[in-house]
Amino acid sequence: MAGIDRRLVLHFDWTLFALSLGLAAVGVISVLSATYAGPHHRLDPLVIHQLTWIGIGAFLMIAAAFLDYRALGAYAYPVYVLTVAMLGVVAVIGHSTGGSRRWINLGVIKLEPSELAKLAVVLVLVRYLREEPPKGGWRLRHMIVPAVMIMIPVALVLRQPDLGTALIMVLITATLMFVGGLNWRTMAILATAAVLAAPLAWHYLKPYQRERLVSFIDPHSDPLGSGYHIIQSEIAIGAGGEFGKGFLKGTQARLNFLPEQTTDFIFAVFAEEFGFAGSLILLTLYALLIARGIWVARHARDRFGTLLAIGVTAMVFWQATINMGMASGMLPVVGIPLPLVSYGGSSLIAMMAAIGLLISINTRRYLF
Amino acid sequence: MKFRYRRKELQVPRLELRVAGLSLLIVALMTIVVGRLYYLQVVRHQSLAELADRNRIRIRRLPALRGLVFDRHHRPLVDTVPSFDAVIVPEDVDDLSATIERLEQLLGGGNVAERLQQAEDDERPAYDPITVEEHLDWNQVVALETHQLELPGVSLQVNPRRHYLYGQLAAHLLGYVGEVSRTDLQHPGGYANGDQIGKFGLERGWENFLRGDAGGQEIEVDAVGRRLRLLREIPERPGDGVVLTIDLDLQQVAEQALGDRSGALVAIDPKTGYILAMVSHPAFDPNIFTGGITPADWHRLMVDPGHPLQNRTIQGIYAPGSTFKIVDAIAGLQDRTLTSSTTYNCPGGLWYGNREYRCWRKQGHGTLALHRALVESCDVFFYQVGAHLGVDRIAQWGHLLGLGQKTGIDLANEKTGIIPSSQWKRNRYHERWYPAETLSVAIGQGYVSVTPLQMAQLAAEVANGGVRYKPQFVKEVDALDGTPLRSYPPVIEQRLNIDQENLDQIRDALCDVVNGPGGTARKAALPNIVVCGKTGTAQVVAEKQGARTNEKALSDQLRDNGWFIAFAPKDNPQIAIAMIVEHGGHGGSAAAPAVRDVLEKFFALYPVNTPVSPAPAGHPEIQAKAPQPREF
Repeated sequence: MAGIDRRLVLHFDWTLFALSLGLAAVGVISVLSATYAGPHHRLDPLVIHQLTWIGIGAFLMIAAAFLDYRALGAYAYPVYVLTVAMLGVVAVIGHSTGGSRRWINLGVIKLEPSELAKLAVVLVLVRYLREEPPKGGWRLRHMIVPAVMIMIPVALVLRQPDLGTALIMVLITATLMFVGGLNWRTMAILATAAVLAAPLAWHYLKPYQRERLVSFIDPHSDPLGSGYHIIQSEIAIGAGGEFGKGFLKGTQARLNFLPEQTTDFIFAVFAEEFGFAGSLILLTLYALLIARGIWVARHARDRFGTLLAIGVTAMVFWQATINMGMASGMLPVVGIPLPLVSYGGSSLIAMMAAIGLLISINTRRYLF
Repeated sequence: MKFRYRRKELQVPRLELRVAGLSLLIVALMTIVVGRLYYLQVVRHQSLAELADRNRIRIRRLPALRGLVFDRHHRPLVDTVPSFDAVIVPEDVDDLSATIERLEQLLGGGNVAERLQQAEDDERPAYDPITVEEHLDWNQVVALETHQLELPGVSLQVNPRRHYLYGQLAAHLLGYVGEVSRTDLQHPGGYANGDQIGKFGLERGWENFLRGDAGGQEIEVDAVGRRLRLLREIPERPGDGVVLTIDLDLQQVAEQALGDRSGALVAIDPKTGYILAMVSHPAFDPNIFTGGITPADWHRLMVDPGHPLQNRTIQGIYAPGSTFKIVDAIAGLQDRTLTSSTTYNCPGGLWYGNREYRCWRKQGHGTLALHRALVESCDVFFYQVGAHLGVDRIAQWGHLLGLGQKTGIDLANEKTGIIPSSQWKRNRYHERWYPAETLSVAIGQGYVSVTPLQMAQLAAEVANGGVRYKPQFVKEVDALDGTPLRSYPPVIEQRLNIDQENLDQIRDALCDVVNGPGGTARKAALPNIVVCGKTGTAQVVAEKQGARTNEKALSDQLRDNGWFIAFAPKDNPQIAIAMIVEHGGHGGSAAAPAVRDVLEKFFALYPVNTPVSPAPAGHPEIQAKAPQPREF
């Protein structure tokens, strides 16, 4: 085979590629809005950075698409070990911003290993669950090894502290275990244990995280403190109305009342300017991406491909849903980027590479 | 009877079914999100949009109160006072031109439009409050308050403003503040548009102590920009206070002593290097820079021929004239080319090479030794001393004494001046040194140039026995509550090894300059304190030798600069002073009386505890009938 198999090019999944770029475009528009300071001002450097990362991400997406995903099984553990090592490095010498240590400063760029860790968690779980489950499904004893493997990065991420990423990792794990064939009874036991463990977890939360939870339950209990952002985000989204205030016409978002207006609260910026219609378009893009991901999972030629596709899809789905649920005041504030839309190189590039894997799975069912 | 519950045959979970289950969950959760968005954006749109309009948040920066500056006795020299300023948030204004017109009408003038244009040119965002008029008086404040409703987007702000209590007093030392420039903003340091930053003098050098840390307020305002309530506040941290070594009373007398003449005066404590007074005239009023200097004021300062912004004490470079003879004397005595008994004959001039080098006294001084040569400031004697030393040894001692180099004072843009040497001339002019040039150097003319601060240092070194201190004007930095954060102990730059008997000889001579018959600075004498000093009169433009004209007839710009450097009391000196009066003529008449006033004040403030030895009688070498000399 000289270079790349012609069939790979022929059956390239343009749908996934186009949907990703469409969402990335929404991201660029929103970052532009969030940083816009007036007609006489230069383009904010964040917009340029975002465009650069989309370029790098698109390249990696194509590269990943041409990668034989089955080979990933062999790399799952090394990738996992490397990622855990990077999280360990962050814990020791990481670069801190706003009170948490999440980045490794590489000079030109700051790497956020927790974004890569999500992908590593998917890989290592899929690698483990690719075996057929026993009759009746996986029991508790089967799940001890993967659970321990997941707990290590989750604990490291929680230490940063990054509750959002830890939560996403746990949700991805739960999703993959469920799809991978967990025994129903085991599932019920685990769910009960999770509920019972909640008060214990409360004990380990940082004070600000507790505040967020309390203010979520009743934002008006402390409208000027931590409940403030939930209220303001709701106002921004609601002020958008049916068709929005128009591109660059949003006022709420630009007045600096939202923290992370280019990252965690980017949806509020978008929703204020493009209204319910815009929100529906964005949700449709996600729905199509997720639907395509599930379609790829169902049509994959092997169990490994199916589970990998489910893992990637779950990553998109949970992040998008929780982010929007948080911005619209349905969920407590946790730092989770809106996939492909939020500003940030590590999350964007990791997400695009992951979708490249989806394309790879889809393309290769024609090959074997 | 045994009954066994038979379980259903266990199945391997089917992947497709689980995927289908997941799909259902996804659809359900996403539907909830859509529902929530529908609720917020369609159902509750009206009320939330209203909240959005009403509920605007402004982030207001709270500039830190700039640290105060005190004199050595903790008397304030610079403080910060509140100023009522009119500010506009352009984004909140509906009709900008109408608002500007109405505002200018209420203020009774102003250049609001210009200031807004400037802000736009500076790329200040539209939601940033722009200060359009400062220092509103009571009537303007009332006018603005009562017409608030007609002026959406306009508000009053109370901002701290720098205030220099004594106007021009020590202006060059204290410096001034101004609004941060765009270049300042590009450097890290946490400055924001509209912040004040030290631009000159102490304000610039001690910026990091004085500035403090800005705080912030999150304020909720209504649709017309009126403040509704404070949401969050990060309090500012006021800047630290700076305690100077300057004595306010002495500084005031020194300012008066120089008066409206151009020149400089530096008074130093010879035991520490602490500066007691530092004057440079003409000066400026630093208050005009506060809150932005008007273009007219700036232009006036720039075109002023007196260069009022120049700190002459460290930036004015002048020929030291006869005051430089102290350097010759130290160099000669230390290098043994001169002793107390070395005599030279002064017939009124010295032929060297193919031309005559004149003494300022045409009829000459006759044969004289070092003591009388210094007292009467004989030029010919020091031509001889210089010729025997050679320029390089003069330069060596000049440099050792701190001349022709930066003193290291913590003020920006200090000039070095020049103490020439043969090496220096080779580097500068690619030419060898001519021995005849040494003669000009010996009397502090020619290439020699120094700053008044360097000369004060020279006086201090003779006074304290050859210790060169770093001149300092800050004693300590104090926190707001007065606890000292940092102190500035004296710093010894160099300890010169000058023989005690040589020092005593020079001091004796300098004492007689002021107190002895025939001395050139008798006007500096004080009744109870033995003052020592040396006058100098330095040419501004090279005059043709011997063609000396009537000083009074010379236009001001060509008249000589008058120097006087002094220390007192002779035993255990407490103060050293250098003063130059530009185009003042003779140092003995222009500067010595002024220095006397400063010394008098100093000893009134700081009486000498030790009994002062009576003024020594005339030196035996000096003839009682010596004519009152004019010195050169």
